[in-house]
Amino acid sequence: MMSRKIKDILAEKTMFLLSSFVISLLFLMALGLFLRARPILLVKPLTEILFSPLWHPTTGHFGLAAFINGTLWVTLIAIIIAVPLSLLTAIYLSEYAHKRVRDFAKPLIDLLAGISPVIYGVWGVIAIVPLVRGIHEFFPFGSDNYTGFSALTAGIVLAVMVFPITISVIDEVLRTVSREMREASLALGATRWQTIKYAVLRKAVPGIIAAIILGLSRAFGETMAVLMVAGCSLQSFTRSIFDTAYPLPALIANTYGEMMSIPLYDGAVLLAALILLVLTAGFNMIGWGILLRIEGGEN
Amino acid sequence: MDKRQVEENIFKFLMGVSTSIVLGSLLLIVLTILAKGLPSLSLNMLIQTPQGGYYAGKEGGILNAIIGSLVLGIGGTFLAALIGIPVALYLNLYLPKGSKWATAVRFSFDVLWGIPSIVYGAFGFTLMIILGLRASLLAGMITIALLIIPIIARTMDEALKMIPAELKETSYALGATKFETALKVILRQAAPGILTALLLGFGRGVGDAASVLFTAGFTDNLPTSLFKPVATLPLAIFFQLGTPFPEVQQRGYASAFVLTVLLLLVSLVSRRLSKKYTKHIVR
Repeated sequence: MMSRKIKDILAEKTMFLLSSFVISLLFLMALGLFLRARPILLVKPLTEILFSPLWHPTTGHFGLAAFINGTLWVTLIAIIIAVPLSLLTAIYLSEYAHKRVRDFAKPLIDLLAGISPVIYGVWGVIAIVPLVRGIHEFFPFGSDNYTGFSALTAGIVLAVMVFPITISVIDEVLRTVSREMREASLALGATRWQTIKYAVLRKAVPGIIAAIILGLSRAFGETMAVLMVAGCSLQSFTRSIFDTAYPLPALIANTYGEMMSIPLYDGAVLLAALILLVLTAGFNMIGWGILLRIEGGEN
Repeated sequence: MDKRQVEENIFKFLMGVSTSIVLGSLLLIVLTILAKGLPSLSLNMLIQTPQGGYYAGKEGGILNAIIGSLVLGIGGTFLAALIGIPVALYLNLYLPKGSKWATAVRFSFDVLWGIPSIVYGAFGFTLMIILGLRASLLAGMITIALLIIPIIARTMDEALKMIPAELKETSYALGATKFETALKVILRQAAPGILTALLLGFGRGVGDAASVLFTAGFTDNLPTSLFKPVATLPLAIFFQLGTPFPEVQQRGYASAFVLTVLLLLVSLVSRRLSKKYTKHIVR
């Protein structure tokens, strides 16, 4: 009899410890990366690392500005493409679509989330790179040897990778808007679209913002696909959608072979990882925080 | 037709176009990979490891990466389950409804889910240095486990939430402790949900490259030891595509086909299993 009780208490204590580990994992990760990044922070001010565009590890220059700029470009392009498409798709699926269409489409969108980032990269190389090359040739300023590897290419691929999270979150949020609200609006003679525009969407604004933030964070940290299609050249500082881009995550991934051989190099790369961690954790906390409040407001 | 109706129709049209683009992109990805990969796929690729000069177009295959990915994925999923399953049980059985601690744990999982895999890779790398490990199967498994713990725990958590309270109460009424209830009643009842969660985590682990780039390394050999580097399919694809040789790039497409089929299979199996097992569940 006693041993059963003891077992139960032991199990509870173990589970509590494991759950504490989960809660502290984020801090552990930040701490681990910070400790490895400290050597470079001791000799160089953070502002110089963040705002200097000069990246030349062999001569001791570790400016991340070009990579931060590249990250902003590809993320922004991805969000500009993904948000309207996700919003319209989610509205269609939750407000208009027949249940059968919905049951068909939702698993497919989940499937999209399950595809490996490298596969997105391969698809980008095969399909999107030539597409962007074509778009570029269409303009008069197009040069003949344009490769098609660019910020726009990465943005398009990222947009598709962002669809699952933004669509599913917006869809969930729209479903929390009460039926009475819709019926009241329809009863007043509003069309379905008017109901959505004036009643449903207005109520769903915080949730839609949360979805956009979560999508933004997803695009922000995506590595392999971007590495494969963005061009990632050290020469360029992205100034247009057709320029190559070299975002932060791609930099981290690309330096794995060499970073231990040059002093401070690993510190700079792991600092880049720490920056990514802090920003994506912040985005996710805001996004999920908003969703948590919506959920709480319901009950 | 009045203006309102016109607006309604315009937006209906735009929604149709958007949904087609979203679903069409999935179709396009799968078709592109099929069309490019299947013609270059040969049996030799599936049953041989890379021979000397493979990345310059010589003989060989990607068996090292296929086996490596499976071993790494299974090992990582196992480690993640050791943490994810108990925590999910703890959230649903031991903590009262509306508990602050439970909210904090769930929130942590959601945030961790959104942390990019390259960050897990970088953290795994620092962990490796601290533990004195080299890029190896073990280091890769630990990193993959960290990456997929949130996926497994959170998916399972959603499944456990669906379990009727009466079931737990009946078990308690019969004199079972919470731990016994968890092992003998809840785990059985939630089996399909757990399986789905494990497969989802496995799929993510197998498909990810950024996290294992630093930690698992790469090798042309089959995995033999926990302390040696291991090859993975996503990285094999990445490396083959990165070579300047068209015939090797073709093999990269074929490898992409293999990975896509593998992940689609995992996804279909999990869907099937969860349907099949839900038959035996008390509602």
